[in-house]
Amino acid sequence: MGHGYRFPMIGRRGFIAGAAALGALPASGGALGALAHETDDTVFTSAFPQKGRMILQRTRPPLLETPFEVFDQGVFTPNDRFFVRWHWAGIPEQVDVASFTLTVHGHVDRPLTLGLAELLAMPRIEYAAVNQCSGNSRSLFTPRVAGAQWRHGAMGNARWVGVPLKAVLDRAGVKAGAVAIRARGLDEPVVPDAPAFAKSLAIDHARDGEVMIAFQMNGEQLPLLNGFPLRLVVPGWYSTYWVKMLCDIEVLASTDDQYWTKVAYRIPDTPHASVTPGETGYAQVPINRMVPRSFITNLVDGARVAAGKPLALRGLAFGGDQGVAAVEVSADGGATWRRANLDRDQGRYSFRQWHLTAAGPATGPVRLMVRCTNTAGEAQPLEANWNPNGFMRNVVETTTLTAA
Amino acid sequence: MTRAWILLAIAAAGLATPALAVSDVTTVTGAGGVTLRSVTVDLPESDREFPGADAAAINNNCLTCHSAGMVLRQPPFPREKWAEIVNKMIQTYKAPIDAADVPAIVDYLAKR
Repeated sequence: MGHGYRFPMIGRRGFIAGAAALGALPASGGALGALAHETDDTVFTSAFPQKGRMILQRTRPPLLETPFEVFDQGVFTPNDRFFVRWHWAGIPEQVDVASFTLTVHGHVDRPLTLGLAELLAMPRIEYAAVNQCSGNSRSLFTPRVAGAQWRHGAMGNARWVGVPLKAVLDRAGVKAGAVAIRARGLDEPVVPDAPAFAKSLAIDHARDGEVMIAFQMNGEQLPLLNGFPLRLVVPGWYSTYWVKMLCDIEVLASTDDQYWTKVAYRIPDTPHASVTPGETGYAQVPINRMVPRSFITNLVDGARVAAGKPLALRGLAFGGDQGVAAVEVSADGGATWRRANLDRDQGRYSFRQWHLTAAGPATGPVRLMVRCTNTAGEAQPLEANWNPNGFMRNVVETTTLTAA
Repeated sequence: MTRAWILLAIAAAGLATPALAVSDVTTVTGAGGVTLRSVTVDLPESDREFPGADAAAINNNCLTCHSAGMVLRQPPFPREKWAEIVNKMIQTYKAPIDAADVPAIVDYLAKR
């Protein structure tokens, strides 16, 4: 297809050996003290290109989690700390901007092959948006479920710049009767006949003017592992739709029946996508919009604080596919709630920082709960959801401290 | 393009990364000075194997598509769950697993 990229060749890459050889440290106790949100066997790595220190979930294909302390450092997640998730190991290690192309074809009047220079010449849009894995926080599901055992670090917030997908589709001329677009990236399976990763969006969603073909992230080109040179940005929706290394858009005249849309990434069609463990026979739908979440970021489980002294709290919230209307904190198991101060509004789809000075805690354990309500009036639930894939956790999180 | 090349040369002079030799770098520049620069990286490999005397089957079959880390980070599951997962790897993801090795792989995973 002449995309100007090269796939990895065995034998010329660096190797990640054991954790010790990497200088990886366990996160508990010791040097990292109270900011150690990760568990005893957490392994860190700085071995990935264009990436700083990350939690290593898997080397190949890479699954890299953002250490929780990064979320306390600002409302935007730095590119070199932004989480990474790939399905197949056939990831190009070289992308040449002069020969890379994006193809638009299928149910259109004028199939297109666009170079990056042509995309950069089109009118742009820009906004901040949270990119969150469907399975973020999966390791906290009870009973436990299979999949990447993320804690809260499979999410990030960035300012994205790019071209509206609508503008590219309009240039190709979507024919009457189109029902969806299917997006593909340069990544490929490493075994024959396996389903290449692809995701679909309904045609009206694809043409809403907000879905973006992004070429900048926080003012820079995207790191290769976050999708350089182009990635789809679907604000308010889980990152499975944010196709990385976007190179192919097919306009479909019938519903997408390939594996990644029809079978994978589906959720129970129930409130909070929740079912009882062992339950069967429920209807399922493709995962879609995100739901509100919030976190205390300056204190983590196990931290020790001074009894009787006002407690400064700060954190992050996001409204899912809506803005943040309110963030509240409870120190009494949810009986009473105090409203936090919301910091600068970076837009509907962004993280929102908040802060609050709580009353000095009495000596002993302190359980702090934080709850976000979005601008559509949807609040985080007090009870955790459960489904077999570990998707869409958004329960009110509790941070347990010790006051002494 | 010329201005971008000069800026690049200045930027690259301060870089220790050998992956981006200046002469190899191409750029595309658009309105507002937005410049995209070709990238070459080396993704790390893993030489980690599944540990244990009973790991031959899983090491021989499962490391083609993915390294061991994510598997070793899974919580304990009953044998039937692991059988379901291994079957999904074969049926859905077309993992080239020798059918004779499947019981040994499932046993290994279930015993962890």
